[in-house]
Amino acid sequence: MSERIFRDGEHDLSFRARRFAGKTLIYTLLILWTVVCLFPIYWTITTSFKIAPNVMKGALIPWVDYMPAWLGWRSLGLSPDTIGAESTVRDEFLKRFFNSGIAALSSSAIAVVLGSLAAYGLSRFSYRFTFMKNADISFFFLSQLILPPVVLALPFLVLYRELALLDTRIGLVLLYTLTVLPIVIWIMRDQFESIPTELEEAALVDGLSIWGAFFQIILPIALPGMMAAFILSLVLTWNEYFFAALLTSTHANTLPVMVASQTGSQGINWWAMAALSFSAILPLIVIGVVLERYLIKGMTAGAIK
Amino acid sequence: MSQGDLLHVVTADDISAGRQRFGRAIVWGSALILAAVAIAQTSQWTGNTDLGFQTWRPTLYAYILWAVCLCWSQVLIRGEHGKRTLFVLPAALFVISLTVFPLLFGLIIAFSNWNLSSPLGRQFNGLDNVRQMWGDPFYWNALGNMVWYCLAILVEYAIAFGLALLLNAEIRARKFFRVAFLLPLMLSPVAVSWMIGKSMLELRFGPIARFARWLGWDNPSFFGSPEIAKFTIMLLDAWTFIPFMMIMILAGLQAIPKELMEAARVDGAGPWKSFWEVTFPLMLPVSVTAILIRIIFKLKLADVVINLTAGGPGGATDTVTSFIFREYRDRSNVGYGTLLAMVYLVIIIVVMTILMKLAERFARPRT
Repeated sequence: MSERIFRDGEHDLSFRARRFAGKTLIYTLLILWTVVCLFPIYWTITTSFKIAPNVMKGALIPWVDYMPAWLGWRSLGLSPDTIGAESTVRDEFLKRFFNSGIAALSSSAIAVVLGSLAAYGLSRFSYRFTFMKNADISFFFLSQLILPPVVLALPFLVLYRELALLDTRIGLVLLYTLTVLPIVIWIMRDQFESIPTELEEAALVDGLSIWGAFFQIILPIALPGMMAAFILSLVLTWNEYFFAALLTSTHANTLPVMVASQTGSQGINWWAMAALSFSAILPLIVIGVVLERYLIKGMTAGAIK
Repeated sequence: MSQGDLLHVVTADDISAGRQRFGRAIVWGSALILAAVAIAQTSQWTGNTDLGFQTWRPTLYAYILWAVCLCWSQVLIRGEHGKRTLFVLPAALFVISLTVFPLLFGLIIAFSNWNLSSPLGRQFNGLDNVRQMWGDPFYWNALGNMVWYCLAILVEYAIAFGLALLLNAEIRARKFFRVAFLLPLMLSPVAVSWMIGKSMLELRFGPIARFARWLGWDNPSFFGSPEIAKFTIMLLDAWTFIPFMMIMILAGLQAIPKELMEAARVDGAGPWKSFWEVTFPLMLPVSVTAILIRIIFKLKLADVVINLTAGGPGGATDTVTSFIFREYRDRSNVGYGTLLAMVYLVIIIVVMTILMKLAERFARPRT
């Protein structure tokens, strides 16, 4: 055994130990919070495959604590043995699902179009509308963010009744567009301000019109930002409950309203509710996992200067 | 905002007088149509004539026609400048027609007694609603609850900051943890209120209730007493929205130059000291933005409360929004609910303005 010439001193070793302890602490905390975040989702998935005694026992792990059954999904008409058959519940569920999808997708799309145009205009030209200049117009748009939905809810209820827009998808889409528009403008203004104006100047000199320059030069560059705004709007509108509960009754009901109306009834079918809740959150879980990059981009726009 | 256009007009406009006349004609023409339809409908509504209108839709269509003509005429009359106006005009018209009109309309409703299910219709009742509001303990209680809910944001902020620091540390599988931490934000609050509130907190076999019993809390009742119920709602809302603040703070942390931290370490600052004297002050602007946005979202809190406790026990968990929602559901009194909402709006505007002014002063980098 030859003596090592270069070896860690007493102080270095203690440093390494502390570093190891720090790492352990960090990973413990990370895993702990991951459990906090993911356990409710796990619980919902597993509950949708349980039958009554399993729920009572509080079984946790499939195949170990209990045998998975298709009970919850059968009650939605989505289990393998019922998927081919006629099912009123499934039709109802799909109708709600598509209502939610249409409302969320179209309102996000409209908001992104309107909001991007407005944000581009505000970042490039100076407007004057009576006493309002650019900063005031921007503030006007962004101030909609503070407006709580409840202030608009009852006037809209009455207006929609008069306009025969109650319980229609168009009515919902209009309101949803309004609620996400300030967020889109916030994100997109940040995007456009980071694009140098020399690009359009060159395009204008080369003979493009201002709209041509916008569509051919700026739009492709700003596309990731628009995607971020779109995804964020999608999340907010898909989950919206308040307006949907107030303004729809039978035709334009969205998925959150359906989930909420089931919870009210006595004697909850746990497995059915779990299946329903899970299918309500599944699209967004997929979006969250696949498009997480855009979401983060959208949420951090304008915050970091 | 800079002064003047960043992009100058390079195309020469020669707009013929005829084109300008046409532009003016369509604006005024469509405005006339709108006015005519509106007057005709109003006269039917007041009972003077019967023109066979079922709904106010014709007025809506006339309004849309007018809005389209207004946008089109901008280009016709002002050429290149009009094309630039066209960027903002549609969004502005959209927002104005969907917020300003309903708000003005709401002001009228707010001072009237209007039960949607009664045949009497709207009756102006002056300040009766205000007087009723003044004596309504539940409304003040809901406002007080909002203060508590907003104070909870400070705790949420601390947790979010901690998580952001964890994610910013040198770790493996950062992307996995980031996605996992972000997921609660994606879930619909209604689904969350079932998943956690109704199922996991269920007294007999909910996993959290079991866990609480295992910890030694004999009879875990999460919505029994007012304080605990309020706390549970706060927890649920925090669970959904902590990721939001966490992501903003994380982005702020990643924007801090590495050199600064190294310099602090070289100068002999321990982790604790370098956090309080370097990281935290640098993060102030981001933190303030995150907290302000979070407050705005918190003020809209309703769906969890509506679905989980319906404001109970005894109004302990009520938010203003859920209170007005029930006020409408139970009594279908549009007038009183609107007045409450309007007062809420005024309070929010005042408080947010003060907060924003304070934040501006507080977050300004000290030199």
